[in-house]
Amino acid sequence: MTKQQSKPWPTVALALISVVLAASPGPDAAFASAPQLADAAGNYGITGASRIHFSVAQVGGGGIVGDFGKFSGNFRIDGNNIGRSSVEFTLYPESVETGESRVEDFLKSSAVFDSATYRTVTFRSTSVRQTGPDSAAVEGTLTARGKARKEQFSVKLTDWNSRQISFKIRGSIFRAPYGMDVGTPIYSNVVEFDMNIKGQKR
Amino acid sequence: MLRNGKSNFGWMTIILHWTIAVLILGLIALGFAMRRLSLDPTLQFSLYQWHKSFGFTVLGFAAFRAAWHLFDLKPQPTAGLSPLERRASATTHVLLIVLTLAVPLAGWAVASTSTLNIPSFYFDWFVIPHLPMAKSQAAENFWTSTHAVLAYATLGLVALHALAAVYHHLVRRDEVLARMLTTRSQRRGEHVKGGQAIAKRK
Ligand code: HEM
Repeated sequence: MTKQQSKPWPTVALALISVVLAASPGPDAAFASAPQLADAAGNYGITGASRIHFSVAQVGGGGIVGDFGKFSGNFRIDGNNIGRSSVEFTLYPESVETGESRVEDFLKSSAVFDSATYRTVTFRSTSVRQTGPDSAAVEGTLTARGKARKEQFSVKLTDWNSRQISFKIRGSIFRAPYGMDVGTPIYSNVVEFDMNIKGQKR
Repeated sequence: MLRNGKSNFGWMTIILHWTIAVLILGLIALGFAMRRLSLDPTLQFSLYQWHKSFGFTVLGFAAFRAAWHLFDLKPQPTAGLSPLERRASATTHVLLIVLTLAVPLAGWAVASTSTLNIPSFYFDWFVIPHLPMAKSQAAENFWTSTHAVLAYATLGLVALHALAAVYHHLVRRDEVLARMLTTRSQRRGEHVKGGQAIAKRK
């Protein structure tokens, strides 16, 4: 029900695309031509082919790795000004998959996401900054377990055509500030997100 | 003083005995609570970790205690015990020593075979590696039951052992309990009775 505030990633993607197209006609010719930039601008919905992967390291090596199967979101790429692009994204922690049901139950429990009380984790971008020909940094508000904090993700354009666009998005999020510090220091306080986001033009 | 005498226990035996007794009873209570009560999952997680750290502590003490039992002098049995009583008490003592090793080893096997693969981070200080055992749900279940059965069997044997000690103290009024409390060799009646008993045996 609460999928209002999670859109940093698409924004980044848009921003990146815009940057690439507009600012760097040189190296990545496919990304940089003006017509393509014009093509890339627009509104996108995040498709189910996207992958929301995360990992939490543990002492002695290894750790917990998993994916969130259920999510939604959209982003807008501003063709004239990447910095005005935006993204919002929602994921449903009850869809967490780790390959071990006891770990999943624990993550959904009141110890971590408390998904019965807080059904969603959301991200809503507040700024997009181009960092390279095909990369950007998206800053925004991440809300989990009722706590909202400013977080940053890095976005890299991986593929695009006139209908679709793909980004690789990474971010390191400290979980303790969201009241999810259970298991530290056995398990790292840092959750590494590694996502492949695919957008379909609307 | 540190080592056992001919008819009395030294401080090493006495201190190990009571330290291990307190830790084991605490661990059984903790093990029962963390596993059988419905607890907040965050609390439950940390109780498991405390349980493992204290359990390894017992394993260390118990190994030392077993070696001490093998290599230190064995004081003569308290005077006035029948051959059957002597055999029963000696058997109980050896069983208890074996169980204080077997129970934590089985617990270590639980942690080692568990598909949860949670590291044993000894009091958040250093990682104690898992035993080289294959991880599987079946192995974990087996060792969980073994650990529980051995732990509760230990509790039963401890109860028997403690009742016997109290019986000797209150009803038989002999030195059985007293000599595990202090090293004083000059306790009520010991010499007279002990002398008689030894004489009779010869
Ligand atoms: C003398 C030392 C120990 C005692 C007396 C003890 C006792 C117990 C008891 C009474 C339980 C609950 C059993 C039940 O009700 O099902 C338990 C569970 C458990 N113990 Fe121990 N324990 C000891 C050492 C250890 C050690 C060294 C480890 C691991 C390194 C360990 C790991 C566990 C685990 C993981 C469980 C829960 C099993 C499960 O939930 O599947 N224990 N222990």
